[in-house]
Amino acid sequence: MSHTPSTRQQERIAYRRGRAVRSVLLAAASTAVVGTALTVGITGAPGWERVKESFFDPETAVEYLPAILEGLWLNVKLLVVCATLALALGLFIAVLRTLRGPVFFPVRAMATTYTYSFRGLPLIIVIYLFAFGIPGLRLQGTPDVLWLGAAAIIVTYGAYLAEVFRAGIESVHPSQIAAARSLGLSYRQAMRHVVLPQAVRRVAPPLLNDTVALQKDVGLISLAGPVDAIRAAQIGVAESADFTPYVVAGVLFVLLALPLVAVTDWVTLRAARRQNAGS
Amino acid sequence: MLSRHTPVALGGAALLLAAVTACSPVDEKEPTSTSSAAPAQTCDPASLKTLAAGKLTIGTDNPAYEPWFSENKPDNGKGYESAVAYQVAERLGYQKSDVVWTQVTFNNAIAPGPKAFDIDVNQFSITDERRAAVDFSSPYYLVRQTVITTKKSKIAGAKSLADLKDAKLGAQVGTTSYQAITDLIKPTTDPAVFNNNDDAKKALENGTVDGIVVDLPTAFYMTAAELEDGVIVGQLPQVGVPEQFGIVLDKGSPLTGCVSRAVDQLRQDGTLAVLEKTWLADSAGAPELQ
Repeated sequence: MSHTPSTRQQERIAYRRGRAVRSVLLAAASTAVVGTALTVGITGAPGWERVKESFFDPETAVEYLPAILEGLWLNVKLLVVCATLALALGLFIAVLRTLRGPVFFPVRAMATTYTYSFRGLPLIIVIYLFAFGIPGLRLQGTPDVLWLGAAAIIVTYGAYLAEVFRAGIESVHPSQIAAARSLGLSYRQAMRHVVLPQAVRRVAPPLLNDTVALQKDVGLISLAGPVDAIRAAQIGVAESADFTPYVVAGVLFVLLALPLVAVTDWVTLRAARRQNAGS
Repeated sequence: MLSRHTPVALGGAALLLAAVTACSPVDEKEPTSTSSAAPAQTCDPASLKTLAAGKLTIGTDNPAYEPWFSENKPDNGKGYESAVAYQVAERLGYQKSDVVWTQVTFNNAIAPGPKAFDIDVNQFSITDERRAAVDFSSPYYLVRQTVITTKKSKIAGAKSLADLKDAKLGAQVGTTSYQAITDLIKPTTDPAVFNNNDDAKKALENGTVDGIVVDLPTAFYMTAAELEDGVIVGQLPQVGVPEQFGIVLDKGSPLTGCVSRAVDQLRQDGTLAVLEKTWLADSAGAPELQ
């Protein structure tokens, strides 16, 4: 016997459908109004032709695309290395900050000082200190400025990520540790098998968000000397007296960020679903 | 039925449209070109209206730096700018004894207002902004790009462009200096590009780069005053759009045409090239790299 909704229920469904259609139509209309306003406002401005020439010139874009792509390859490599190491560093520091017991006070104090300082220090200054200060010491075996710049990015982002990880670790209810310990697991085992997996899952969205931010900031490596995508664009702008190369680099960065942004959204959605699975 | 947010949203959209159109910039006018076409005029001490009749008063700053001047004595005729100044005076028909030097600070010379000199030579780059306040003669010097390094660097003894092929070089972004590396030297290692010359200089001190390219006046200043053990490797051939040094005159000065013509003659007959070689390349130790 198949289920037939009552008349009252059918009325409800019809009403809801009507509201939904109305919402969509209204949204479409308001988008059209705003879109037309923006298009008319921007393209109708007296300076639009000039802006179009100096920011959206296809010839300039094609001319400098290869150089910018070459620079972008450096950004991609840096992103992979810096993101991996910054995540590892952040997790390590977060675990150090959550160590219990008076013996570990110096460790906790150092880890805390680190997160406080490097979250406060502007990345540009850290890069200057690392890439121009460290080689100035003239020590044997000083790595290349590229590595020093990467190190600056890693320690700066490591500090942010450490705080995110710590928030995750502290969000796991203490009863979880108590239960794990009562099962005979050591503190380390409890951390590794019980607390961290839950913590990392909970903070995955903010972690990925910080990674997206890191992806743009790897461009600051150019301060140390290497030519990345943004610097390549800057050189193009200086040569052509046309801002199109910046737009090209900007578009490439957005394209580069899209997969990561999509993954972040998906992870967030999945986490929310799991969290609310029981309700 | 419209929700109560609808009027707000529509109002917002209308405001946005109004704002975008209202704030549209008014197209500015093309700057009127200041033509300095000098009418045919006779250029001799008798007809030139100088500050002191029969004398040519030339201004420069104190101290007057090497290699543009020598021993802070502009009147000894030594140093590139001193020599050029005397050549210009000679072309205008003034004896060496008719030249009077006066001390004018760099900023005062290009400030609007009455001038204490007929002409002023003090490494003034010709710019449109400065043209609003003063007149410039034809350029007497095109700023050349120069490779500098430190004594310990492997390129300290480089004699030619080929010797720089394997060097890690640096320059400021978007400058003719950077263009000189990529267009003239074409090194095998990618050049390092810095936000400014101070960053480039620091990288040179640190040994992160083997050498940096700056313009010649900056090269003189950096190697003499800023860098420990700094050395000039050499000047590069002309590249890109160079900065130009011009003689400064009062805005609308009756002398501008005559001075420009004298400078043009000096360039055409090769006098400027000889003076450059004498005072900038040889005595100042900035040899030409070929």
